Amino acid sequence: MIVLLPLAAVVARSTDGGLDGFWRAVSSREAVAALRLTLIVSVAVVAINAVMGTLIAWVLVRDEFPGKRVVSAVIDLPFALPTIVAGVTLLALYGPKSPLGVNIAFTRVGVALALLFVTLPFVVRAVQPVLLALDREMEEAASSLGASPLTTFRRIVLPNLRPAIVAGASLAFARALGEFGSVVLISGNVPFKTEVAAVFIYAQIGNDNVTGAAAVSVVLLALSLLLLASVSRLGKRRHDE
Amino acid sequence: MSRLGLRAIALGYLAALLVAPVALIFYRAFEHGFGAAWSAVTTPDALHALQLTLLMVVVAVPLNTVFGVACALLLARRRFPGKALIDALIDLPFAVSPVVVGLALILVYGRTGWLGQALADNGIRVIFSTPGMIIATIFVSLPFVVREVVPVLEELGVEQEEAARTLGASQWQVLTRVTLPSIRWGVGYGVVLTTARAVGEFGAVAVVSGRLAGQTETLTLLVESRFERFDLVGAYAASVVLALISLAVLVGMTLIQRRKVA
Amino acid sequence: MAIEVRGVSKRFGDFAALSDVSLTIPGGSLTALLGPSGSGKSTLLRVIAGLERPDAGSVSIEGRDVTRAPARQRNVGFVFQHYAAFKHMTVRENVAFGLRVRKRPKAEIAKRVDELLALVHLTGWADRYPSQLSGGQRQRMALARALAVQPSVLLLDEPFGALDARVRAELRDWLRRLHERIHVTTVFVTHDQHEAMEVAEQIAVMREGRIEQVGAPAEVYDRPANEFVMGFVGPVTRLGERALRPHDLRLSREPVKGARQAIVERVVPLGFEVRVELRAEGGEGLSAQLTRSQAAALGVGEGDLVWVRAADEEATRRSGRGSDVSATPQASAASPTRG
Repeated sequence: MIVLLPLAAVVARSTDGGLDGFWRAVSSREAVAALRLTLIVSVAVVAINAVMGTLIAWVLVRDEFPGKRVVSAVIDLPFALPTIVAGVTLLALYGPKSPLGVNIAFTRVGVALALLFVTLPFVVRAVQPVLLALDREMEEAASSLGASPLTTFRRIVLPNLRPAIVAGASLAFARALGEFGSVVLISGNVPFKTEVAAVFIYAQIGNDNVTGAAAVSVVLLALSLLLLASVSRLGKRRHDE
Repeated sequence: MSRLGLRAIALGYLAALLVAPVALIFYRAFEHGFGAAWSAVTTPDALHALQLTLLMVVVAVPLNTVFGVACALLLARRRFPGKALIDALIDLPFAVSPVVVGLALILVYGRTGWLGQALADNGIRVIFSTPGMIIATIFVSLPFVVREVVPVLEELGVEQEEAARTLGASQWQVLTRVTLPSIRWGVGYGVVLTTARAVGEFGAVAVVSGRLAGQTETLTLLVESRFERFDLVGAYAASVVLALISLAVLVGMTLIQRRKVA
Repeated sequence: MAIEVRGVSKRFGDFAALSDVSLTIPGGSLTALLGPSGSGKSTLLRVIAGLERPDAGSVSIEGRDVTRAPARQRNVGFVFQHYAAFKHMTVRENVAFGLRVRKRPKAEIAKRVDELLALVHLTGWADRYPSQLSGGQRQRMALARALAVQPSVLLLDEPFGALDARVRAELRDWLRRLHERIHVTTVFVTHDQHEAMEVAEQIAVMREGRIEQVGAPAEVYDRPANEFVMGFVGPVTRLGERALRPHDLRLSREPVKGARQAIVERVVPLGFEVRVELRAEGGEGLSAQLTRSQAAALGVGEGDLVWVRAADEEATRRSGRGSDVSATPQASAASPTRG
């Protein structure tokens, strides 16, 4: 009642003007630009956080240093901090009044930064437990067989982490596709330049173009469902092994 | 690459992306003195926003906790047709953009929505008022408790429950004496996450609230509207209130995590 | 000498895992490091392999000082208790790993892997994943993987510890035969004295980070350096002040000069042997081990009175010979040790 009915309403509304109307709404230049920007920035952001997230998980599991527990708690900050506050804080440091002399407000870099912030924990939290449970003897076996540390990481550790990295990255990607709160202030909502899909939908609701909003929403929904399905497939496969 | 190098990269990234920006708004909020910040968060609009945010928490968290535990018990302990579907659907609110959630609620409960006419005839106003915001909050924070409790139940297994049953405990006694006490930290973790999301939700609430200052404005909406009006001190001060709540949430998460492990 | 360990010490925090350990392992030999858990045997093996760095001392393999060399440059084969199978690789890829990181030609790798899979009887399993193998098969795969790089020494850390009794016995036997065929210097760690006795040519008994005794199995069993070794490599019972093997006790139904009187509390058939649990006059418990035919000849049951003495006193005290039953027909040369 709370979840399915409203989503069904979105799908129904998107095809109010027939499939034709749906297609026209989705293929409007502004909608296409917003969707394309969303996809491109999301892919880039997820790629960066897949690498950084794996690295951070590695440091948290295999390294020892004072204050490690605090760092581990800080990872969850993006989950705990309201997204709008994330946007405000990033603008305070990297915006027009930046003490560092940079200004990422109203730029695509700014949008990417906001998405990096909110998607950071996903890969870290997916990889951490797997790394913790990883059989250290596999790495010792590899090194006794003559593998260098880099080869051991590439051939032994990485293949075992890959399902977790992919799962975390998929969740991060789903989150990035729909992200609104942290982006809305930074992007400045400049159509064709910094307007991402969620901001576009928000603007269309404000302009009473509900069908257009619903059509783009359906595209986002479909992408998210696809990701969700693939993640749960992945999870099941790992379970079977 | 050396261990120290990796550590430096990881910590540097976290500092630049997470810690420094959040630390800076604390500084910015109190830059013009504690008094300025205090008066910014005690204006009538701000106090009303705080109250409304708390209302969201007070309604959404208990409802989602009860629903979440019941749903988790169902998913972890029973077999029924359509279970796999429900299992997948539970995660849906995580995957849907908050703006889409808001739009969806308008399309059902709004003036021209599916239930809009029926609700209007009975004098009930959902969209652009508190009930809609509550529904939006429930929607987006729905999966947390379920997602935390199901794995705990699965790991727990059924042996203890079966043991209790062989000792003559009724269904209800098994639930209250054996199952619930064993999952309490999992539930606690879910509740903390639900609270964080209920406090912090912006997109879905922004769409359904109509943004009426002093009426349907939560703390997160207040931050945005102040920022848009270039009332930076006011925006930073309200952000600090929210950030403090988040820090409390983080501390709660860490403490519970430690208990869960123990 | 294939492996020369000199004065090696290793601490983990407050715990001294190895204290000034020296050990020589002859080329081509099959040596067991035997000891209870926490005795440092696994740590010693890992120091030899380069998986742990010693705090002091040196290790050389085939005359080359490798103390500072990382594991990957030592050319050792290491087999882990829990197999350490590369889960994401097939059996063939697992075995080929060492050769592939050494960048050997593909044809050579394929040929060598096929040979090894035949050697460990896994030819038909080459394209399976480790999760599809039984424990014994996984361990054979791990062994093939370690042997693939033609290591100068083969090190096995409790290689059969995770397997059930029957498979363990099979693999022990198989390891010994394998060693006879390929003659690579082999060191394995075990806490099971039967395993050490059955497989090894040389046993090093360890306790609390030190080596207590090194010798052939018979030597360690029959001439233990101290009471700890004696107790660890076989059963021990006490006759007054003396500690000796239960099968070195002689029982008779009639009084014998110098023997002690005892009451039979329990007779436990153990298949080929029979254990007789006794209580001597002073109240102390002891146990004797007889073959089944000896026990039948003696014909004792619970509550019977017997006379007990050590086998090596037999030669000097000849009284009561007719009814005497000896647990070991050829009296062993066990040298008495005092606690």
